[in-house]
Amino acid sequence: MLEFYGKRFGSRLLLGTARYPSPAILADAVRASTCEIVTVSLRRESSDMRAGQDFWALMKELGTHILPNTAGCHSAREAVTTARMAREVFATSWIKLEVIGDSDTLQPDPFGLVEAARILCSEGFEVFPYMNDDLVVAEKLVEAGCRVLMPWGAPIGSGRGLNNPYALRTMRAHFPDITLVVDAGLGVPSHAAAAMELGYDAVLVNTAVAKAGDPVAMARAFAAAVEAGRLAFEADPIDALDMAVPSTPLLGKALL
Amino acid sequence: MKIVLNGKSHETASTDLASLLAEIDFADAIVATALNGEFVSVDQRDGVSLQPGDRIEIVAPMQGG
Repeated sequence: MLEFYGKRFGSRLLLGTARYPSPAILADAVRASTCEIVTVSLRRESSDMRAGQDFWALMKELGTHILPNTAGCHSAREAVTTARMAREVFATSWIKLEVIGDSDTLQPDPFGLVEAARILCSEGFEVFPYMNDDLVVAEKLVEAGCRVLMPWGAPIGSGRGLNNPYALRTMRAHFPDITLVVDAGLGVPSHAAAAMELGYDAVLVNTAVAKAGDPVAMARAFAAAVEAGRLAFEADPIDALDMAVPSTPLLGKALL
Repeated sequence: MKIVLNGKSHETASTDLASLLAEIDFADAIVATALNGEFVSVDQRDGVSLQPGDRIEIVAPMQGG
């Protein structure tokens, strides 16, 4: 079973809650995905709109585990303050730690990320760092106390899939005991299946579901792909070869 | 006095953070607060006095990826 900081889960799909056409479609997509964990954020609340209060009521109704993020933070200080606020609001020590280093690619800032992870782990947070696929950064995050790593497949919202399967495979091999999640950049369910076939423990998807023509159907499709990919990994796939190997036995073939 | 509330200038008679939240009808809302970039927990709010020019952030749950 999938495990995050001692908690176990049946579904290996984590779903983001942003960019859906409506709250009702978001709710239907979450239910259709059968996911047990959704990501959320913190944003300024206005006293006239009170949009956050309505959103929170919807999340409580869905009853999934909440993984708050520090999306949009560009410094360790900002991310740490956001995490502290999230812990109070959501009553969880989980934090999806994002420290963005580049506005065009939304690429993580590895230096700020490690700095923030050290502070948050020392304060008892259970950190889910959104990171690139660099092994040295991964090592520093593990040293800081992270038991989960979330390398990107591709830039957030790009839908490009796994840009560097080699790096992801290497990371899996280097950290057999760390829970690894491909976070960001997936576009279609086959990308999720590919990540799972590499032995990743889970995937986190948002835009690919939320911006699909039918988000509810796409949520179901991603759930099926994640399950298929995991089954395939557990079934020990064959190695790729350069040359053909006949599958039909040659022995007994008639001479014609 | 004038403070900056969620990035906008705001005139308030409140002298502490808890009073400010009550003033804008957020006393029972699910929100977190920060003063000049530092987190202020629920328990600390009535002990935090406000000064002119203070930057207050009030955030709530929102959609996120």
